[in-house]
Amino acid sequence: MGKKWAVFGFMAAALALSAPLAGQAAEEKVLNVYNWSDYIAPDTIEKFTKATGIKVNYDVYDSNETLFAKLQAGQSGYDLVFPSATPFLAQGIKAGIFKTLDRSKITRWSSLDPTMLKAMEIADPGNSHGVPYMVAATGIGYNIDKIKKILGADAKPDSWSLIFDPAVVAKLKECGVSLLDTPTEVFPAALIYAGKKGDSIDKADINAAADQVLKIRPFIKYFHSSKYINDLANGDTCVAHGYVGDLVQARTRANEANKGVHIAIYIPKEGAVLNIDAAAVPADAPHPENAQAFIDFLLQPDIIAAVTNNVGFANAVMPAKALVKKDLQTDPAIYPPADMQAKEFELPLVTPDYERLRTRAWTKVKTGL
Amino acid sequence: MSARGTLKQKVGRFLVALPPYGWLVVFFLLPFLIVLKISLSELQAAIPPYKAIFAWAEDGILQLRLNFGNYSYLFSDELYALAYLNSLKVAAISTALTLLIGYPMAYTIARSPARYRNPLLMLVVLPFWTSLLIRVYSWMGILKNEGLLNSFLMWLGIIDSPIQIMETNTAVYIGIVYSYLPYMILPLYATLEKMDLTLLEAAADLGCPPFKAFLKITLPLSMPGVIAGTLLVFIPAVGEFVIPDLLGGPDTLMIGKVIWAEFFDNRDWPVASAVAVAILILLVVPIMLYQRNESRAEAK
Repeated sequence: MGKKWAVFGFMAAALALSAPLAGQAAEEKVLNVYNWSDYIAPDTIEKFTKATGIKVNYDVYDSNETLFAKLQAGQSGYDLVFPSATPFLAQGIKAGIFKTLDRSKITRWSSLDPTMLKAMEIADPGNSHGVPYMVAATGIGYNIDKIKKILGADAKPDSWSLIFDPAVVAKLKECGVSLLDTPTEVFPAALIYAGKKGDSIDKADINAAADQVLKIRPFIKYFHSSKYINDLANGDTCVAHGYVGDLVQARTRANEANKGVHIAIYIPKEGAVLNIDAAAVPADAPHPENAQAFIDFLLQPDIIAAVTNNVGFANAVMPAKALVKKDLQTDPAIYPPADMQAKEFELPLVTPDYERLRTRAWTKVKTGL
Repeated sequence: MSARGTLKQKVGRFLVALPPYGWLVVFFLLPFLIVLKISLSELQAAIPPYKAIFAWAEDGILQLRLNFGNYSYLFSDELYALAYLNSLKVAAISTALTLLIGYPMAYTIARSPARYRNPLLMLVVLPFWTSLLIRVYSWMGILKNEGLLNSFLMWLGIIDSPIQIMETNTAVYIGIVYSYLPYMILPLYATLEKMDLTLLEAAADLGCPPFKAFLKITLPLSMPGVIAGTLLVFIPAVGEFVIPDLLGGPDTLMIGKVIWAEFFDNRDWPVASAVAVAILILLVVPIMLYQRNESRAEAK
């Protein structure tokens, strides 16, 4: 008997304690951040805690899909997440997963690049739910010496043909070509190479894209969305389709290792997918005020420039560009010139039916079934 | 007096049976019912991403909306059947290999001097003290093109260029056989160790050569262990996700990967749940065969 009442007593006490916390006006000084792996400067969090006294719990994920599954289940406990604007932020907004941001709490809003904000409006009309964090196109990285050896000393790749022309890819099979393991990146690239619109939402184009990829499928070493960073840096592969920031990390690692691997990166001249990862606050975040304080902190030019210097992705804070390392600042793959920028496009928003067809076509590309 | 004793016994039996049944209800039946519920619901863009199947209509009427479309969908595309068949194939081949490797090991342990048996069994179980994930990652280090195995073979001069083992089905078989071997050895050892060795002596006295005696006496007597080990390896191998995902290539299609794609790529929890329920139903047949075999062995 006594034990039973003790349990009830404990539960009642727990309830009594949790109720006032929920209704409290001032938030406890805690922030739960869920970000991509390798996507922040080593001292960003330390500086934030020093400036605000807010303790940060920092977790990482390696795909939008993982993030989204957690958010969709509800009660993830996270206060700040970094989904890609299209399609994940857009879909999350439709599903009611993200909170409307309080613009008055984000004092540095005016320093954001208006072209980036405009680009994000296709996912987030009115820019009411997300703030652009890191920006990168999807491009190609290659091992300069190996490509020259195989394709000729004057080879200077600048097109998608390096991964989609069967005659070229067949020659590169031996040294290793990898593609990103997602149809949302590979299919648009295949479509632009085939002379179609990369952001097409025509269902017939799914098959056109799949057919294009099937032609080079026998020569592809693997499909993966992060392994290529190390493999390209070590010389285990010689061509990688990847996010420019990740390719920059591969190039940096190769230079640091100093083992004779030299990597070049380019955004193909036909055009490429532009990825904007946004900072957003889940609707059920326990500490939304702290999350917005962190977003505002991230928009400080020196803070965000340090992130860019570390991860190789461009940011959308205009005064920060001058603080970025010179070699990154002048790299056309990271800060592309206007004519290239004009050819970059964001992934279109599609229906669940379309997604299902696309996943199915991707399974066919990978398994032959 | 005796009536009270029986009541006490009954209560005692009930109390002893309660924790395992309670465990199964909480950690198996309830999660399964939740998955079953999701598999019968409709997709929607919200938290959670499926519609409720129960709803209160006006006048206190409880409405039940079941969507069997997720199940009929599984028949509309051969992908699901092919992935399932491929999972069965991978599981069958791995189980056969595990049996071929595990049987001699269990036999050797069971026939070694009594004082060596426990240390030897300990060695079989020892890998379980490390996380499965770490062990699978070590296999990646061994099997990859620049890995230990290929470097060693090239150093010996047996091969000139690395053999592609990683990202093939061979790597998946190696991973599954390695990870599940203890599940095969332990039940085999249990039956082989209990065997009456005088039967073999009698066979030798009667002029039966050792190999024939093995086929006629040892093998049939160890069948319960063979069946138990086979089912313990085969059933989890069908639904295996981690090993094929890490060691297999893009064309290694198993049902676990299909569920992953439905859940994460299509974000379609109802169809993912329907696939999960369908495998469970398809796996119930071997599980029931196992149960029947167990109860038959008990009856003996």
